[in-house]
Amino acid sequence: MVTKSEVIKLITNNIPNSEVLVETFNGNDHLQVTVISSEFNGLSLVKQHQLVYSALKAELASEAIHALALKTQTPN
Amino acid sequence: MDKQIKDKIQKLIDSSPVMVFMKGTKLMPQCGFSNNVVQILNSLGIEFSTYDVLSDFEIREGIKQYSNWPTIPQVYLKGEFLGGSDILIEMYNSGELKEKIEIELAS
Repeated sequence: MVTKSEVIKLITNNIPNSEVLVETFNGNDHLQVTVISSEFNGLSLVKQHQLVYSALKAELASEAIHALALKTQTPN
Repeated sequence: MDKQIKDKIQKLIDSSPVMVFMKGTKLMPQCGFSNNVVQILNSLGIEFSTYDVLSDFEIREGIKQYSNWPTIPQVYLKGEFLGGSDILIEMYNSGELKEKIEIELAS
């Protein structure tokens, strides 16, 4: 299990200029994560999500995060 | 990744213009995210094939490496990775999904 603040830290450490919102549903290992970052400018949605997934790679592989609903946006 | 598994995945992806790797089947999805994708494609009236990753551990893990995407479901359109549940929902809501699939299937 990971805490919300750990998730936020992992993402903000790996994706500069990002703002992260984490909510849980169906218990603490199901996460709804929203990431807003200028790093996403010009990237496809697939590439944007891949950036976030790679920041959480270990936690997803170990199933510390069992389910992740993800939304990525660029600031404007 | 093991070449044999990669070839098997490639064959599955090439076997249908719209291919979904999911948990469970079209009629009995075993996960809410997989169910989302099935419902979306059904509601657009799109023909698609599915592969149940719960039936094959090597494919289940291999497909994640293949696309550099750590979660299931995964949707492929004409061999290209289109996205998982979140991206499909977003494209569906914006109307982009129907348009993109129709254009790809017509070409």
